[in-house]
Amino acid sequence: MPKRNDIKKILIIGAGPIVIGQACEFDYSGTQACKALKEEGYEIVLLNSNPATIMTDPDFADRTYIEPVTPEVLTQIIIKERPDALLPTLGGQTALNTAVSVAESGVLEKYNVELIGAKLGPIKKAEDRTLFKQAMKKINIAVPHSGLAHNFKEAMEIIEDIGFPAIIRPSFTLGGTGGGIAYNREDYNRMAIAGIDASPTSEILIEESIIGWKEYELEVMRDSADNVVIICSIENFDAMGVHTGDSVTVAPAQTLTDKEYQILRDASMKIIREIGVETGGSNIQFGINPKDGRLVVIEMNPRVSRSSALASKATGFPIAKIAAKLSVGYRLDEIHNDITRETLASFEPTIDYVVTKVPRFTFEKFPQSDATLTTQMKSVGEAMAIGRTFKESLQKALRSLEIDSYGFESRIFKKPADYVRTLTTREHDDLVSQLQVPSWERMWYLADAIRAGFSIDKIHQLSGIDPWFLSNIAQIVEMESVLLTHKDQLNSDDQDFIDLLREAKQYGFSDRRLAFLWGITEEDIRDMRHKLAVLPVYKRVDTCGAEFEAFTPYLYSTYESECEADPTDKRKIIILGGGPNRIGQGIEFDYCCVHGAFSLSDAGFETIMVNCNPETVSTDYDTSDRLYFEPLTLEDVLAIVEIEKPEGVIVQYGGQTPLKLAMALEKYGVPIIGTSPDAIDRAEDRERFQALLNKLNLLQPQNGIARAYDDAEVIAERIGYPVVVRPSYVLGGRAMEIVYGVERLRDYMKYAVDASPEHPVLVDKFLQNAIEVDVDALSDGSEVVIGGIMQHIEEAGIHSGDSACTLPPFSLPDEIIAEIKRQTIELALELKVIGLMNIQFAVKDSDIYLLEVNPRASRTVPFVSKATGRPLAQIAAKVMAGLSLAEVDGSGDIIPDYISVKEAVFPFVKFPGVDTLLGPEMKSTGEVMGIDYDFGNAYAKSQLGAGVKLPRSGKIFISVKDSDKVKILDPVKKLITAGFSIVATSGTAKYLNQQGIAAAPINKVKEGRPHCVDAIKSGEICLVFNTTMGAQSVADSYSIRRSVIIYEIAYFTTMEGIKAGTDGILAMLRENLDVKPLQEYYPSN
Amino acid sequence: MKAVLALADGKYFVGKALGAVGEVSGEVVFNTSMTGYQEILTDPSYHGEIVTMTYPQIGNYGINPEDVESSRPFLSGFVVKESCPFPSNFRSKMSLDAYLKENNIISIEGIDTRALVRHIRTVGAQTGIISSTDIDPDSLIEKARKAPSIVGRDLVKEVTCDEPYQPIEGLWTLGTGYADCRHIKSTYKVIAYDFGIKLNILRNLATLGCDVTVVPAATSAEDVLKMNPDGVFLSNGPGDPEPLHYAQENIRDLLGKVPIFGICLGHQLLSIASGGHTYKLKFGHRGGNQPVLDYQRQRVEITAQNHGFAVDEKSLEGKVKVTHINLNDNTVEGIQHLLKPAFSVQYHPEASPGPHDSLYLFERFIKMMEDHKRGVEYAQA
Repeated sequence: MPKRNDIKKILIIGAGPIVIGQACEFDYSGTQACKALKEEGYEIVLLNSNPATIMTDPDFADRTYIEPVTPEVLTQIIIKERPDALLPTLGGQTALNTAVSVAESGVLEKYNVELIGAKLGPIKKAEDRTLFKQAMKKINIAVPHSGLAHNFKEAMEIIEDIGFPAIIRPSFTLGGTGGGIAYNREDYNRMAIAGIDASPTSEILIEESIIGWKEYELEVMRDSADNVVIICSIENFDAMGVHTGDSVTVAPAQTLTDKEYQILRDASMKIIREIGVETGGSNIQFGINPKDGRLVVIEMNPRVSRSSALASKATGFPIAKIAAKLSVGYRLDEIHNDITRETLASFEPTIDYVVTKVPRFTFEKFPQSDATLTTQMKSVGEAMAIGRTFKESLQKALRSLEIDSYGFESRIFKKPADYVRTLTTREHDDLVSQLQVPSWERMWYLADAIRAGFSIDKIHQLSGIDPWFLSNIAQIVEMESVLLTHKDQLNSDDQDFIDLLREAKQYGFSDRRLAFLWGITEEDIRDMRHKLAVLPVYKRVDTCGAEFEAFTPYLYSTYESECEADPTDKRKIIILGGGPNRIGQGIEFDYCCVHGAFSLSDAGFETIMVNCNPETVSTDYDTSDRLYFEPLTLEDVLAIVEIEKPEGVIVQYGGQTPLKLAMALEKYGVPIIGTSPDAIDRAEDRERFQALLNKLNLLQPQNGIARAYDDAEVIAERIGYPVVVRPSYVLGGRAMEIVYGVERLRDYMKYAVDASPEHPVLVDKFLQNAIEVDVDALSDGSEVVIGGIMQHIEEAGIHSGDSACTLPPFSLPDEIIAEIKRQTIELALELKVIGLMNIQFAVKDSDIYLLEVNPRASRTVPFVSKATGRPLAQIAAKVMAGLSLAEVDGSGDIIPDYISVKEAVFPFVKFPGVDTLLGPEMKSTGEVMGIDYDFGNAYAKSQLGAGVKLPRSGKIFISVKDSDKVKILDPVKKLITAGFSIVATSGTAKYLNQQGIAAAPINKVKEGRPHCVDAIKSGEICLVFNTTMGAQSVADSYSIRRSVIIYEIAYFTTMEGIKAGTDGILAMLRENLDVKPLQEYYPSN
Repeated sequence: MKAVLALADGKYFVGKALGAVGEVSGEVVFNTSMTGYQEILTDPSYHGEIVTMTYPQIGNYGINPEDVESSRPFLSGFVVKESCPFPSNFRSKMSLDAYLKENNIISIEGIDTRALVRHIRTVGAQTGIISSTDIDPDSLIEKARKAPSIVGRDLVKEVTCDEPYQPIEGLWTLGTGYADCRHIKSTYKVIAYDFGIKLNILRNLATLGCDVTVVPAATSAEDVLKMNPDGVFLSNGPGDPEPLHYAQENIRDLLGKVPIFGICLGHQLLSIASGGHTYKLKFGHRGGNQPVLDYQRQRVEITAQNHGFAVDEKSLEGKVKVTHINLNDNTVEGIQHLLKPAFSVQYHPEASPGPHDSLYLFERFIKMMEDHKRGVEYAQA
């Protein structure tokens, strides 16, 4: 069946902002879908609120709506665009839920829009727990014992049948939000209530715990002719009980016999048919009892998922692209396999390597949160590695995480000589509990348990991890001890030693780890390997285990005999990617890398991407000419450079990850193009930076560098409190804090950081109530172009990544803007920036202070590009390759006649116990954009896009610090005029009353019940304004902020946010927000 | 202990000895299945072959007493990247290495199997030798050159049963193992020619109500007909079908008298008996992911395959109808006789190892026997 001609226009829904459980894998899948369907000649309409995505680039769809992904907006777009079909299966749970809602409202029927990929019935059958259970019963596939509850009473009845431990899963939530494992009645009561709250349908599934069972996933595809294939099987390293997104996972399944695997395969086929997913990909999760092989199905996602992105990268089979083609009627046997060219997509990939994915966590950002891994996903990113054995891929994956781990470093023993020492009782007990309780660190404790002589069986009993995985780690630890006994043979050309070194590399040992074990430097190991010719080769990912020739150079390193890299002699440039997503470094940098590749390819270069993040567009084999799926460490990058011999390497696009390597790479003679690593250092090194500013006569907040505990206090006394303190060389404001007095400063220096001459702490004067401004600029060395000037909504002191901002600025005087431009240009020329540069300014009264200069791609590059229609990263890449701005059409300022607002999106709901107040340490995972001709409208859209439910009427609860009381009058008056009523804590209420404003007093929590949190919980409050000053007031109001998160009430915790929020609400009340595609905002050219 | 794998064309790989110590030659081929090594080891069709697994970690789930396709391993040698010394599976009874030793299978591990596979893919399957007793590559290459090729050889006689027998096993289920089919009411009497038959074929037939008698490969058509069968099954088996004139003759004599179903070598023999001929593929099809299009249902089946020879489509024109083709290379995967009740497939519907997409073919055979029994006139689909 060839493609359908009865549909012409297809509406695709994206996943919205990056949140935990829904990351850039949906940009990857959405981008593939847009490309594939556009290629087929369909007209593509796209809805996605996330400006940092590739899919929202104006070239990928015909009409790109950067608008909130909500049923209301989707309906508006349907009415305006009249698409023939709606494809909801490539934008994660958000897209699916939004489509379901619109389908149920009758809009699709009314406007004659067909759901393609999955119909409403199958979606509901897969997503609704009761329907799913019934469906499984019908085809005789077991599910864990379970029951559904819609209220506390039902939950109580169900638990009587199931017993403890029990798993609680709220229906229709992302990444298992609000779910968990209850071991006792107390846990259970709490979790049942939270779970019912978290579910949009107020429904939870309470399930028999199958903790300790083995967990598997299969990626299944089906076409309209009912051909079904399995793309990949995945085995979880962590047993059931840890969310699969938080588990280390391995492809293919390792410990199933063929007979057992075929049971899973047969079940998957039956399930996709019974659920009725007509075309596309689905993900099915199974639990298997390791004692007898008994199988239960856990869940099915009737859409492409995080696992399908992983499966695509793991096999080379592009699930999302094929799913998109199947959705318009193609059969699997009508689509070619891109990699082999000759064969078709109707087959099952077979791989001849092992893939390991490890999740990346950022608990350090949320110190109050519980770091135990449960059925609720908490990781923010992941790294994937490919090796010829599990050992190799696991060790490569660990060093891909970029958490300063280069293998199985010991968490207990300080130096290799201690590895054989006996544990103290306390160490032993700690170790036992580390093995029992799943955490992100458990992997390393497993190795320690082996070092400490625990048997595989004992570790298995404690951790539930399959002995096969444990035995592999044991082999690594054994190799470690063998290596230690060969310390006296280093550099020996004895064949046995060379064989041993090679074997260690085959086990995935990094040079860094070997250097540590042998007490020498990484460089020594590198030199030794070169001398002894122990060098990596590159193998291809080809979907077929080498049965057919691979035409796509998708490569991974290993230590074998034959190298398939087959480098060309074309002019080529390597782009180093950003590695796993984390807070502070996410999709924005991948966006830049992808644009770099597109642009340089356009300029005639062969482009080579190096990255290890399976969720990204950059690791799609289609994005660049050659893809090396490798860790971004010095060792791994140098090896690629040696093979490829590129004309240039770009380190400025992947965030801090490649930047950290810049100096070392340069030392090895790697041609780094663009701004020189020295100039980058000049901007990053505090003292050199200061010298630079002095030279240019530019202002900086007063500051000093603390190299020891006592220094900080002296500096703070000199410059005056409040001060901003932070470790040098960090991204995302890690451990950054505003300190108002000496006591807190002492605590900070004592507990938060470990100041030393190598790791100084920076102390800056904090500019209170200053306006922060971000500037992205481009330079070719002689000309400087301002890409965009963004005014932050929140005042300086809130991390720029967490602050909302507008482009163009909405309240800065022209002369300030002119001066900011002048300073930007001067800095760019002085630093000889070639490519991108980002500067953060603070404007206080009429003074302009420089906070930071980053001569590299910044987090705001995609936003600015979307807001101005100028692809900054593309232009900069060409400039780095030697073209001038004039040649690449990059000259001149673009000042849009519309307003773009960027808003940050936070993961607070996933971290119970964490305060939601914003500060200098970045906490957001993603961003959305609101675009309109009026600030209020644009801001309202940004809030709706971020999931903030701006109210149209109701009661506003206000509790603000004294210094904000005057400022709040204006917004409050406007809101009252618009029909809102006010309740406020006593101080605020009294003040408002004095000013003639009606405000009913309400108790603070500590003042007794009923108090403000009761009012929030009982649904009386529609909006919360809460600003705080000082630790006591922060502590007092904590429960307010947590409860608004749980009850999904709009809230603002900064004065500037309150003002903007008020503008947004008033705009919403004034008129219905209109929707308009990006292409219509840009002036036609 | 060191071991070397050398090929007749001069390429060699140095690795470690696995399984039995010694020296063995055979045709070096590769299999792309990621699971099912135990079934592969015990598939008699691999007789005469040195099998390389493309998946690098083999032996992870060990060896159990159930997952066997014949009484013992039949292949000549086994090549893996890394064999697992610590199997993990609730059914595992021993490690791969122990099993290979116990069954005297000379094997090698620790070589760049992907390089080997790419080499075979490029130059074609060829004779090779594994040795852990002689590790001089030059000497081994010389031996490999002198070792017999499988082309033109009758390997079937080395694997077929000596005496007729009646299998009793039905299909496997988790928890209960293989069914005992002595209690199933059998409706059809089937004679299965053993050219190297895999047990799962018999298990499928038995489960569908066939009373099966397995007979030696050289059993005459006359003797078979004397047993009054409702159908005759032609099994899989090793090597080249062309030299098996006795089997071709017998099939010719049986054609039209009794419904016939053939798998793999059985399919090639039925094709030759119907007037076609076969040729050697460059490196064959061995794995569990081969896409086959069933023309009749217009459906793609993912199939298990293991063959080095294929039927020449042109040679079949006007004699049989091609019912299935391989979507990777368009080779013939299934035929049906135009006039007489007989059909066959090149691949392995019985799976084991591999997908279960093609089990319908056994039902098709049952239907054919049923129609024949009731005197329904044969009409090819």
